[in-house]
Formats: sequence, C-alpha cells, structure tokens
Amino acid sequence: MTALKPATPGQTIGPFFGYALPYEGGENLVDRTHPAAVRLHGRIFDGAGVPVPDAVVEIWQVDEKGAISDRPGSINRDGYNFTGFGRAAVDGAGAYQFTTVEPGGERPFFSVVVFARGLLDKLHTRIYVPETVDLTVDPLLSSLPPERAATLIAEREPNGNLLFDIVLQGDEETVFLDFD
Amino acid sequence: MKESPNSAVVEDQDPLATTATQAQISAEIATAHEAYRNGRLTGSPARDKVEIDFAPYRSSLLRHPTKDLHHADPETIELHSPAFGHRDVADVEADLTIQHSGEPLGERMVVTGRVLDGDGRPVRHQLVEVWQANASGRYIHKRDQHPAPLDPNFTGTGRCLTDENGVYRFQTIKPGPYPWRNHTNAWRPAHIHFSVFGSEFTQRIITQMYFPGDPLFPLDPIYQSILDADARDRLVASYDHDLTTPEYSLGYRWDIVLTGTKRTWTEPEGGDE
Repeated sequence: MTALKPATPGQTIGPFFGYALPYEGGENLVDRTHPAAVRLHGRIFDGAGVPVPDAVVEIWQVDEKGAISDRPGSINRDGYNFTGFGRAAVDGAGAYQFTTVEPGGERPFFSVVVFARGLLDKLHTRIYVPETVDLTVDPLLSSLPPERAATLIAEREPNGNLLFDIVLQGDEETVFLDFD
Repeated sequence: MKESPNSAVVEDQDPLATTATQAQISAEIATAHEAYRNGRLTGSPARDKVEIDFAPYRSSLLRHPTKDLHHADPETIELHSPAFGHRDVADVEADLTIQHSGEPLGERMVVTGRVLDGDGRPVRHQLVEVWQANASGRYIHKRDQHPAPLDPNFTGTGRCLTDENGVYRFQTIKPGPYPWRNHTNAWRPAHIHFSVFGSEFTQRIITQMYFPGDPLFPLDPIYQSILDADARDRLVASYDHDLTTPEYSLGYRWDIVLTGTKRTWTEPEGGDE
C-alpha cells in the first residue's frame, strides 16, 4: 500500500450555514404521495439533553430494491428519479425530517452524516430499520454491545413513521463511526 | 423557525460562552498544544485531525461524543457517493461577484485548487459548496448581528462541480474577520467555509479555508483545535500571483485532500486521456 497523502482536516460548520447549504426539497427524496413514502425524523440532542437547533443531517441510501443511484438531481430534483441523497437542517427545536423510501437489499441501512455548530468535525452513523435489521449477522451491529447497537435502530411509530434521535454526548450517546 | 425575542448571535445562547478572556483561552490552547508536542517527543502518534473535544471552543463542550468513535468497515452505500451534475449546479454559481445588479465591495479574488482522494486521484465532477462573510466580516444570515454593513451586492454562497482533473474554481471577494461570542473580544480569522463530497460517502467533509499570515491564527480556538502544526497549515491557502488577473483580481490556491478510498477498484478507472 502506498502512503496516503495527508488529509485536509475538518472544521465546524459554524452557525451561519443556513442561507448556504439547505435547499428547497433537500429533505424530500421522494414525494410524500409516493406509494412507499416514509417519514424518517427525529431530534438532535447535546450532552445536557438539550435539542441542538443549528445542525445539518444528510442521508445517503439505496432505493427500496437495494440499488445504488448514480444519477444527479439531488439538488434540483425531477420528482421521478430516486437519487438517494437528502439534506435537512434542523429546526429551532432540533428536529429534522426526511420523506424517503426504506432501503432494500441485503443488510440495508441509511448512511448518515451530522454537522453542527460546536461540533468540530463531521460525525458518521447509520440508521437501521427495525423490521429488516439482523443484529447477529450485521458486521457492525454484532460488534457492539446490545445497548449500543440499539442506538442505531430507528423506532417504528404507530403511524408508520421511522423515529431516530441523534444524541451527541452522554449515556444515550449514538454510536458514531470511524472508517479510517 | 422560532425567533427568540432577543435574537442576538447564536453564541449568545450558549451559557458557557462569553465569560473567559482571550488570555484564558490562549492559555488553554497553549496547554493543549504543549502537551501534544511533549507527547510527540516521547513517541505519541501524530494527531492531524481536528480534535472534537477541544474546550477552548466553548460550544464544543456539550456537543462532542465522549465515547470512542466505533471503527467500522464501510459497506455498500458508504463506498459510493451521491452524483451531482449540471442539472444541479449552473456554471454561474461559481462566481459570487455576479449574483446581484452591482459589484460587491472588497478585494476581488479567485480561489482554485484540486480535490484529491488520499491516494492522490482527482475527485471528478463532484460538488463543492462555499459560504462566507462579506468584506466587512458580516454574514447575510439573519442571526449574524455583527454591526458591520451588509453588502446588497454580495450574498456569499457559491457552488461548482470539479472538472475532469478534480479542479474547482470560485471568483469571490476576500471575506473579513468577524467577532463572535466564544469569549470576550473573540475574533475569527477570515475564512471561507467549504463543503466537499468525495467518491465515497465516508470522505464527506466540511471545513474552512484560511488566508496566509492571518494575525488572528494564534488566538482562534477553532483553527487551533488541530493540534498538529503541519495539519493546521493544510487549511491555509497560498497566494498565487499566477492566478491573478491584472488590474482585476488576486488569486489563492488551496487543494483539498480527502481520506483514502476504501472501495476495491475492480473497474478500469477510465477517463485518463
């Protein structure tokens, strides 16, 4: 293996991204009238349990058949092609939401990255869907203690929504991932 | 979005902010850096990423994970990246100086460079987004209450796609430094925020580009949250006279290097003319 070039370090997204990064329709990977549309939502909390009102969540996922999109159009969506990428800024109560489809295929999950003021670098995590997750087979989840693995599994609400809170710090801290 | 009745800058809401002096913050930075340098002398590994746990940046105290990041091998979707194209980004979005009817105030400049993966391969046809303060150090964001003038001819956001060599290029004006509420009389060095995608989602990065020789560097807990001096330098653009346009604009060069690729390259890489 050849030596890697030293990577550029990250820095916080800061407080003033709101007029730059969010874009219209960023949180709608599909229209809410799509037959398989699901609401994926939750809140982001800090180490004191206080909602974080200045954060951005991005998801990147396969479609309901497990296919990875290579199509552009996540910023200027055409309403028909599924591109797999969504971006949502949280609101003043720390809440984010996406309208999307559930990922299909083998061992599906949403890939997630979180940015926030006060957070000096990005954080990667995953969201698993409760009905399709297999704790014993999944390489990541099976490598975690059960109570930690549980932080990566969304909750199915009675109305069918997927609820996934992100906890940046503390006892309930979400598992964040290092790929290096 | 809910507006608080007393809507000052966001940092005002931070109960931990505004109590320290610059001398206290600088002393905390010096202590952290000295411990790092001493550790290096006795064989501790280099720390060339940003520290997510860096108390001199007060807003980080409750917002960084305290458990270790969990090592994972990237799988499926993580080994790919969203695609962006001309459907998403128009060429004119790379010029921040032509978004209004008049010319923005300030030093006109070009910033350009390459986006490379850790193996030195160019990241082609991928999205780069920027945002910045105006020449007076004021963001157009409604929560920025810094009493410096807004510029009706400058918004401060841009997008472009890298070309087949991984090159991005923006024309803009040089942003000014601006005050913030991390501690008493805190000022951020001038910077441009960059948001970059790689060829794999694990390479996603948001960072800040700084300008060479900024006297605020030693005072800034965000810039100094990278313990390794060489790694900090990688956030500083270089002035490049070859990028200037006579009697029109100055030029800066800044390359962005992402982490290494994890995907096994089974297909021919293609496109190498």
